[in-house]
Amino acid sequence: MAAASLPASQPAALRAVRRFLSQYGLIGVLLIMPVAFGIHDLRTEGDLSRLANNLVDGLSNGSIWALVAIGYTLVYGIVELINFAHGEVFMLGSFVAAGFFGTIGLTAATGVPGLVVGLLLTLLVTMIVLGVLNVMIERVAYRPLRNAPKLAPLITAVGFSFILQNVGLLWRGGSQQGIEDLIDSQKELINLAGVSITNGDMLAIAVTIPLVLAMTTFISRSRLGKAMRATAQDPDAARLMGINVDTTISATFLIGGMLAGAAGLIYALYQTTIWYFQGFTAGLIAFTAAVMGGIGNIRGAVLGGLIIGGIQQISDNRIGSQWTPAIVFAYLVLIMVFKPSGLLGEQTREAG
Amino acid sequence: MSAAAATAPAEPASRRGLQLPRGARIALTIAAIVFGAMLPLFLDGGGGFIDDATIALAYVVMALGLNIIVGFAGLLDLGYVAFFAIGAYTMGYFGSLFHITANNGEGVHLLVSGPAANLPGIHLNFLLIIVLAIVATTAAGMVIGLPTLRLRGDYIAIVTLAFGEIVGRIAINGDEIKGFGTQLTAGRQGITPVDKIDLPFLTTFNSLELRPWYWVAFMLVLIALFVNFRLRDSRLGRAWIALREDEVAAVSMGVPLVKTKLLAYGTGAAFGGVAGAFLGSYLNTVNADQFQFAFSIFVLSMIILGGLGSIWGVVVGAIILSFINNRLIPDVLNDVPAKLGLEFDLTELSFGIFGFLLVIMMVLRPEGLIPERRRQIELQEGIEDLAVDEDHVIEAKVP
Repeated sequence: MAAASLPASQPAALRAVRRFLSQYGLIGVLLIMPVAFGIHDLRTEGDLSRLANNLVDGLSNGSIWALVAIGYTLVYGIVELINFAHGEVFMLGSFVAAGFFGTIGLTAATGVPGLVVGLLLTLLVTMIVLGVLNVMIERVAYRPLRNAPKLAPLITAVGFSFILQNVGLLWRGGSQQGIEDLIDSQKELINLAGVSITNGDMLAIAVTIPLVLAMTTFISRSRLGKAMRATAQDPDAARLMGINVDTTISATFLIGGMLAGAAGLIYALYQTTIWYFQGFTAGLIAFTAAVMGGIGNIRGAVLGGLIIGGIQQISDNRIGSQWTPAIVFAYLVLIMVFKPSGLLGEQTREAG
Repeated sequence: MSAAAATAPAEPASRRGLQLPRGARIALTIAAIVFGAMLPLFLDGGGGFIDDATIALAYVVMALGLNIIVGFAGLLDLGYVAFFAIGAYTMGYFGSLFHITANNGEGVHLLVSGPAANLPGIHLNFLLIIVLAIVATTAAGMVIGLPTLRLRGDYIAIVTLAFGEIVGRIAINGDEIKGFGTQLTAGRQGITPVDKIDLPFLTTFNSLELRPWYWVAFMLVLIALFVNFRLRDSRLGRAWIALREDEVAAVSMGVPLVKTKLLAYGTGAAFGGVAGAFLGSYLNTVNADQFQFAFSIFVLSMIILGGLGSIWGVVVGAIILSFINNRLIPDVLNDVPAKLGLEFDLTELSFGIFGFLLVIMMVLRPEGLIPERRRQIELQEGIEDLAVDEDHVIEAKVP
């Protein structure tokens, strides 16, 4: 589309500028905040430890966004739908996790072996519950509309996101709720040259890396993973090759929901407060991450998640957390302007 | 060539929308207008019903504006609340005590009478404020439209949503941004009081006698309806529909893409601004908490319930949802959970109910209550997956 609207006789210099902007503009935009605050730190404090601390916190926060963003990207890759309800699935992940470890009686006083076993069990249960929930949402709200105009499933997705939000509201009320700080999340674990790594950071990274590795291996190696990639490329051709497209799409939603559930658990343990509205902002942030990396691209989603995590931490720490959503959304708009296909993505029809 | 194709297009009756003869439609329209105009005469001027009705009419104006963007031009806008906010803040800026230091505390007054004429702050006549609101929101609509020009489909939805959220955040946190002896917004505290509407030849507007408010809102609805109908049948309206149906085909037929899309955003936004300015004055407050994402969805639900692109459908959808939200849920149904032995406040769940409504509508009747005919054909073809249909040139969209 962009090519059609460009006059053919555009001067070569202008075209070169355009090409340069679309290739490096996004990277430039991303570097603005860290570079600006890095220079600021160097001039006022003389070292970069504050920025480094921000970025470490950003990595752990970002790994949560990465897990949620993978769900967006997988679903978008396979059915070309922005699953608006995904943020709410993440929110319910936190709720299920908090409810479950409350039920099995985990407290901060539980010893380390018990805690590890209990949390692994919680992780498993949360992932299964949310995966199944996501599959059910697909069955009810998206599958009947598979051949309808694209607006239709998007609207049911928005509808479902409100329904799930209200489920959360009924479950735990309208205010932020503190939950048991099981892992002593803010306690410093390691201090590397002024950069502190807390228990929460460690947990986020320790859960995310194996999950992402397992998932990418699954998608690149297993039979179902191959079916998913084939369906993403061309559903009709995949069906002709004997792939059960419906099952494959369900599997995609299952994986997306499981990762969102895991992210919900990490979030609950890391932040130690949960509330029904957390999914809305988280969903948008994670979606921004998915778009930034190039939607449909799993590595892109992880990269985007980590970058957004960094931006968010810097903004929380320097500008004020009440402005963070606005800043993240401004980045979203800038990505759309400079490079709708994202950092690692291919040109898509939608983002022409 | 088959016999069916040679004769007049013979459609199954179920596939036609509700098509009344022209005379009946005109008669119905006049009846609806007369009923709408006379309604307040039979109501208590200070009662709750006329209050709900006035708000419902303001929502109709907003829904008609969103219908231009989403229904006609097919650009899914999830940030419509931004225009409501900008319209309302225009009212707050130019018709309240907000800029209390303006003109060294003596205030700026332009064509205002009554109590506002002696107060500090900026006070402009309501009609001037409406014009300003239209200018501001049209400009905002075009700015929001610009980055979406290269995008299609759900990407547009996300960018508009992001803009809506940014405007909402600025509204909430704007009290931190100070300059020229004033704040950007009053944040969650809100700008209050806001000037009452002040029009020549009409009695002064107050909060006890709501009929004049109702009639002003009704006039706004009539204007919005007129503009909607005229635009839909104009060259521009046909260009919007052509873009909605197939962007590539429309552009290659010579529809100017940039101009047409930006005009859709600008026009649609202007109605949001008008309704926002009216509601700012009517509700007597411009409060950041009004401008949440949920409100965008609320307006979107109205036009989906009524039927995307269908003007009368949108009016009906807006009135129904507005009454569900302001009357049915808080007043009529609110004690149902208690009777069932459940402990929760139904008003908290109103957006869950709207979400449920959206899902149900999309799955069962995606064309809305009063469908636009063209869209109905499209949707049914899509769902029944009829690739070939002799009677219609419109093909199911290639996904």
